[in-house]
Amino acid sequence: MSTETLQIVPAAVEVHDVHKWYGSHRVLDGVDLTVRAGEVTVILGPSGSGKSTLLRVVNHLEKPEIGYVSVNGELIGVRKQGDHLKELSERAILAQRSNIGFVFQNFNLFPHLTVLENVAAAPVATGKLDRDEAHKLARELLDRVGLADKETAYPRQLSGGQQQRVAIARALALRPGVILFDEPTSALDPELVGEVLAVIKDLAKSGTTLVIVTHEIGFAREIADRVVFIDGGKIVEQGPPSEVLDKPRHERTRDFLSKVL
Amino acid sequence: MSEPPGAAVSLTEAPPSATDAPSKPLAAQRVLPLRRPGRWIATAVVLVLAAQFVHGLVTNPFYQWDRFGYWFLRPTILDGLLVTLEVTAYSAVLGLLGGILLALARLSKSPVLRAVSWIYIWTFRSIPLIVILLFLYNFSALYQTLSVGVPFGPAFFTFDESRLATDIVVAVVGLSLNQAAYAAEAVRGGILSVDQGQHEAAAALGLPKGYQFRKVVFPQALRSITPNYVNQLIDLVKATSLVFYVSLLDLFGAAQTMGATYPGDIVPLLLVVTVWYLILTTVVSVVQFYVERYFARGATRTLPPTPLQKLRTAVSDLRDRVRREAAV
Ligand SMILES: Nc1ncnc2c1ncn2[C@@H]1O[C@H](COP(=O)(O)OP(=O)(O)OP(=O)(O)O)[C@@H](O)[C@H]1O
Ligand SMILES: [Mg+2]
Repeated sequence: MSTETLQIVPAAVEVHDVHKWYGSHRVLDGVDLTVRAGEVTVILGPSGSGKSTLLRVVNHLEKPEIGYVSVNGELIGVRKQGDHLKELSERAILAQRSNIGFVFQNFNLFPHLTVLENVAAAPVATGKLDRDEAHKLARELLDRVGLADKETAYPRQLSGGQQQRVAIARALALRPGVILFDEPTSALDPELVGEVLAVIKDLAKSGTTLVIVTHEIGFAREIADRVVFIDGGKIVEQGPPSEVLDKPRHERTRDFLSKVL
Repeated sequence: MSEPPGAAVSLTEAPPSATDAPSKPLAAQRVLPLRRPGRWIATAVVLVLAAQFVHGLVTNPFYQWDRFGYWFLRPTILDGLLVTLEVTAYSAVLGLLGGILLALARLSKSPVLRAVSWIYIWTFRSIPLIVILLFLYNFSALYQTLSVGVPFGPAFFTFDESRLATDIVVAVVGLSLNQAAYAAEAVRGGILSVDQGQHEAAAALGLPKGYQFRKVVFPQALRSITPNYVNQLIDLVKATSLVFYVSLLDLFGAAQTMGATYPGDIVPLLLVVTVWYLILTTVVSVVQFYVERYFARGATRTLPPTPLQKLRTAVSDLRDRVRREAAV
């Protein structure tokens, strides 16, 4: 299962004092977060609290107005210039993203490409692998997520759970140091949630750095090294699941957990 | 979904109603298709009208079908057809390329590009095609040389207008300029129809910008661009008949000239032109079907059947039905 091609070097992520506004609406309000290499972080919080925005800031799909993100010490989307942070060119940002995988709530697979092409596209397009190598890697990854027999299917011919597993394989194809999951099971029927969580658990065991936004508390308890609770664009509390989930210190955390459990 | 288990009705246990044969369980009864007498009457009326029309078309001496046969494959007409095809093909390709560039400019982040594209589309959709063609025609007569370079400054290239601007170039340039303005809107609509999530997924994977457009966005956009663009293509085929006015003998021009020489044959010549345009439109439509089917890959779970496949299923359905009827 873990052949040489699948080796991933886990990365550390640092979010430093990030502020984000949409117009006058403050969505992130000074978020500081450290994710150590190989750690699994689960982000919890009520709807609209800024969880998706935080994840999207990490791979620079959204630009923070203040603050920065670094992956393995490298600033994402910006560079230091004197006392300022200057935005990088689009090309440079795209190149940085190959170290940051992203799995969307709605999968966002490319519907006109087969499953194999979906997974193999990024390593070829970014010049990391040639076509044959990419196809070989894609087959291994599909095998890993249990979809070896689906490589010629088109995404719309698959169930939601299968599509999300393809999306995970697609994110893995660049061998990113960190993978971000934005509610990976929220669009799935209950009976399909398990198969996707199993794949994520497998990744967690293999030592990849994962940051997961989810409402699956049981799953969080099982795999998280650290749980982060966000409300109103601020981190309210964080710590190991045994503390945050079982003995929350803050009223808002307790309130939220009593609603989702 | 939330049906209580006891509520499921078993058909075999349904109480037999008074009109049914009491012994047969309901599940074993054949469902009789609804008869539609109105449809049969309508079909008969349409058939009679169609037969009348065809009979008139064939027997009315006004159409002079023998002269039609004489002209249909005449070299003059075929030469004209070739000009039509040539002008159409060049203008279709150049117009689409121009349209893609204009659409990209229109959707770009640069306000200058957006404005230029908007003004271009606005201008060329406003000016009648015939005016553009006549402009270009006179322009090519007016300016002996055309140079590309800094305004009032040195020229980088100089074309000898009279050599460059053969009539066919004037026609292709005019039609392409016009076609690009319309194609731009079709392409822009297609690009906008692609889900935002696709752009995000491509960006999140770090795919280079050009690759995102060529391999992710544009192929999906083509699905909705195709029907719109084909519509314009069919317009273009017919619009080529205007090039006659810039002294190019296309299909229509050839027929027109022959009609002037043989005034008695005008009606059969117009018929020849009509039939050829019908054939061209048919070819375009057939190609469209297969192109659309190609771009539907992945968009639907199963591809729509080709006409041949449809025919085959229709025949086998009919056979099954006959067999069933015979069995009862
Ligand atoms: N593009 C945008 N323009 C304006 N407001 C936005 C935009 N995107 C998000 N918001 C607002 O920012 C806030 C945080 O959104 P975000 O999607 O991060 O929440 P979330 O925690 O992921 O919620 P959910 O659990 O519902 O996904 C919300 O109030 C949302 O309305
Ligand atoms: Mg969200």
